[in-house]
Amino acid sequence: MTSQQEEPLTIDGRWDIPYRHTAGQAASRFFRELKENKRIVGGRCPSCRRVLVPPRSFCERCFVPVEEWVEVGDKGTLETFTIVYAQFTSLPPPPYCVGVIKLDGADTGLIHYVGGVDLQDLEAAKKALSVGMRLQAVWRDQREGKITDIEYFTPA
Amino acid sequence: MPRRVAIAGVGLTRCSSWRKDVAYPELVYEATSAALQDANVTPDDVNAVVYGSMDPFDGLNAPEKWNVDACAAAGMLGKPYLKISTGGTTGGSTALAAYYHVASGLYDVVLAVASQRVGETLEAQLVLNTAVDPVYERGFGMGAITVAAIQACSHMHYYGTTEEDLALISVRNHENAMNNPYAHLRVKFSVQDALSSPMLSWPLRLSDCCPSSDGACAIVFASEEKARRLAPQPAWITGAGQITDNYFAGDRPWYEDWDSLAMLARRVYRMAKVDDPLREFDVAELYNAFTIQEILEYEALGFCEPGKGAEMVRKGVTAMDGQLPVCPSGGVLSTNAIGASGLVRVAEAALQVMGKADKRQVPNVKKALAHAWGATIGFHTLMILDREAP
Ligand SMILES: [Zn+2]
Repeated sequence: MTSQQEEPLTIDGRWDIPYRHTAGQAASRFFRELKENKRIVGGRCPSCRRVLVPPRSFCERCFVPVEEWVEVGDKGTLETFTIVYAQFTSLPPPPYCVGVIKLDGADTGLIHYVGGVDLQDLEAAKKALSVGMRLQAVWRDQREGKITDIEYFTPA
Repeated sequence: MPRRVAIAGVGLTRCSSWRKDVAYPELVYEATSAALQDANVTPDDVNAVVYGSMDPFDGLNAPEKWNVDACAAAGMLGKPYLKISTGGTTGGSTALAAYYHVASGLYDVVLAVASQRVGETLEAQLVLNTAVDPVYERGFGMGAITVAAIQACSHMHYYGTTEEDLALISVRNHENAMNNPYAHLRVKFSVQDALSSPMLSWPLRLSDCCPSSDGACAIVFASEEKARRLAPQPAWITGAGQITDNYFAGDRPWYEDWDSLAMLARRVYRMAKVDDPLREFDVAELYNAFTIQEILEYEALGFCEPGKGAEMVRKGVTAMDGQLPVCPSGGVLSTNAIGASGLVRVAEAALQVMGKADKRQVPNVKKALAHAWGATIGFHTLMILDREAP
């Protein structure tokens, strides 16, 4: 028998699998509008009339197809946020701020970065950022049809 | 009509950041053999097994396969075996599935097992990162903690909850864990210590967050006839249920309130005929992976009015010697073997009702509540356990 003090053996493992996710019809159109027209579009539900941003192909409340496209503003309101100060594996280098932003004309919130504010000092950042503040999209010059074609939202 | 169901026995394992003394099936066997012994049943008596875990944390596809022998489901016994996986509610859903099995009348004795080796996931964050949809939301550094942090930001803004309130919740849970031999983090510290711990995702600090744990849990669910024969004091299930919320984080702009949990509580309280949860429950085991969530849970579960959760903490209402002790086990804040944590809440609530919670026992428990949340705060489970049959 092995003694209690003996280190148990270990066996290394790894789970490293590449994937390719299909963006789908609504997101593909949304991303194309970002890239080609610098526009943010949502889908209006024919039943409850909510404008869903980011858009989806069906309304989960009414369970009907969403086929009407509407442009919403690239300005909006910060609903809530967090400022990240830790380096999490495979996530961006800190500090960064992530918020839920309700764009003008939309009925749902968009998750995105909030930037243009010095985040290094927490006390200063807390003064510069607040729930309900107005934000404005900062667009990238080189857009590639991704949600990050908007670099971040900055205080308007 | 569903049949009456009770918990007849419970098995827990010691939890730590890495149970390197045992292989996975050895860890699960520790829980299942303890549960069978506690319920005075042999593997032969078990009619079916439900098993909960989340594969990527364990590093293998279908860990239930590796653990089938340890669940008394294999070999000559050849039992039906069902796998459950619903994010953080996995353990709570596993308890529900076992309950439904018996309530349906199709099985008399069902073993619920849930396990997770988060300690063997050398980069658990990589798993958490894949929990967010890859199309719209994954690019923004959203992990489990960031979602809890935006709940905290809203609650502080609208209701005036403070970082001190959050620190106090952390201190209380870790104090409670000192009485729990199965808990992972058993350390004493002060509110000042908590407030000096590193800021991870404002307003949440290290002290506001759960650890990553290895652990397993098993519970024997039995029909009325069996339960009365097996356990001197069974823990009767008088209410149970699950609820889902929208997938997209931005579809739920009211982060200061947990509406989905409040809806589920109304449903489950109606089932169990609970009118005044603060007065009627003697103990609650809540899924408090992050301090702020305990406050949101008090409010959604009707222990107090919306916005008054922090006051409950300050007044000590939910402390061990308060009117409604919350998480005598130390909660998820002290131990989080993620897929098992929901079932551990049910196990701890059952132990309280059965009077078998040892040093963490609350005196004279008649009614207990067990909760879990999961799926980036979109899912909840609840189960109410009672000393009296419904
Ligand atoms: Zn609709």
